[in-house]
Amino acid sequence: MPQLSELEIEALRLSLRVACWSVAGSLPFGLLAAWLLARRRFPGKVLLDALVHLPLVVPPVVIGYALLLLFGRNGPVGAWLYDTFGITVAFTWQGAALASAVMAFPLMVRAMRLSLEAVDRKLEAAARTLGAAPADVFFTVTLPLMAPGILAGAVLAFARSLGEFGATITFVSNIPGETRTLPIAIYSLTQTPGGEAAALRLAILSVLLALAALLASELLARGIQARLRG
Amino acid sequence: MLEVRAKHRLGVFQLDVELVAPTGGIVALFGRSGAGKTSLVNMLAGLLRPTEGRIALNGTVLFDSAARIDLPPERRRLGYVFQEGRLFPHLDVRGNLLYGFRRVPAAERAIRLEQIVELLDIGPLLRRRPGSLSGGEKQRVAIGRALLANPRLLLMDEPLASLDATRKAEILPFIEQLRDKLRLPIVYVSHDMGEIVRLADTVVLLADGRVTAIGSAEQVLGRQGA
Repeated sequence: MPQLSELEIEALRLSLRVACWSVAGSLPFGLLAAWLLARRRFPGKVLLDALVHLPLVVPPVVIGYALLLLFGRNGPVGAWLYDTFGITVAFTWQGAALASAVMAFPLMVRAMRLSLEAVDRKLEAAARTLGAAPADVFFTVTLPLMAPGILAGAVLAFARSLGEFGATITFVSNIPGETRTLPIAIYSLTQTPGGEAAALRLAILSVLLALAALLASELLARGIQARLRG
Repeated sequence: MLEVRAKHRLGVFQLDVELVAPTGGIVALFGRSGAGKTSLVNMLAGLLRPTEGRIALNGTVLFDSAARIDLPPERRRLGYVFQEGRLFPHLDVRGNLLYGFRRVPAAERAIRLEQIVELLDIGPLLRRRPGSLSGGEKQRVAIGRALLANPRLLLMDEPLASLDATRKAEILPFIEQLRDKLRLPIVYVSHDMGEIVRLADTVVLLADGRVTAIGSAEQVLGRQGA
């Protein structure tokens, strides 16, 4: 592959950073949502299920706009974040991570939920009789048995975050070095005369990254499955 | 002394059990499948909540609907050997054996790993994973895991049902050793007359969710045969 320019490397590093934070930040919430949906019965469960899946069916621009309304400096959440912690997410890379996390959330939750539903509750009952309280059981039995699903969910979310475009550009715009991730850089390059070669380079890079992520998860998942089978 | 008075409704099946049994040696719950044996054992373990009743073991109340007492399973200190073993697939044999042991206060750890490994002859298996064990090996590990939780009472729900005759013959002596060497009270569920006759000190006969007879093996099974 030909040499990448400074700006292209910047976009690549930013994309990786955004995707990593997006996955790391949404992991606990994804687990919580998966657990609520798989294990609990409560009024409004259908609503939660719909809400989680919303980013899958709503135009990404709408999600980005909703985030802007909520998390913008004058939005209810954004104003509170700024007043309490001095944090601004609109037009920052943290905002890009938030947008990616929201867009990737349904994929993450779905994978985790499926793996949680596949956990044999009889094993959890056995752990209880061996002296483990519910939280103990969750961390020492349920979570390890869910590992392949958590991994799959995280990798899917990572790949999805790398590709996030619509919600991100709407929410945090296109600021070089701050919010210009790979897809946004590719889009900008295709709009610039003479940018075709660079756009192609970044496009190929995106495909390679996604492939590598999926391949890595496949190998890891196989390793975990083999361990579980004994 | 094990005292049970419990009612429970499972769909159309109504369980209504009342029994008092000495906890020396092995108490066998005997009856056809569907008689309510597993439900009763699950109630003892705290995995199934009776609609009403009272369960007490040697003076400790485990459940009392009137007094609103319902000890969760992890605080009942009853070992449970399940029919299907239920070993944790993500842990090796050693990890499985020590799962309950690690959760017992150090001062109460009377039964130790070396002792169980020797008693059940599972030394060579310690590093293996449950997936690679034979049925008989799995069941011995499951017994060891329950014992290492240092229970006050061991519940065994048809621990031999999934094994062929050879494997059964391989495990029965181990169960006799638990009774004789560890002096651990055992509640043993089975629908196999041979196992009951060989193991039981007290037999509780269950039919259609009710206790129909209780006594020594000769008394109960003799009467049933007549």
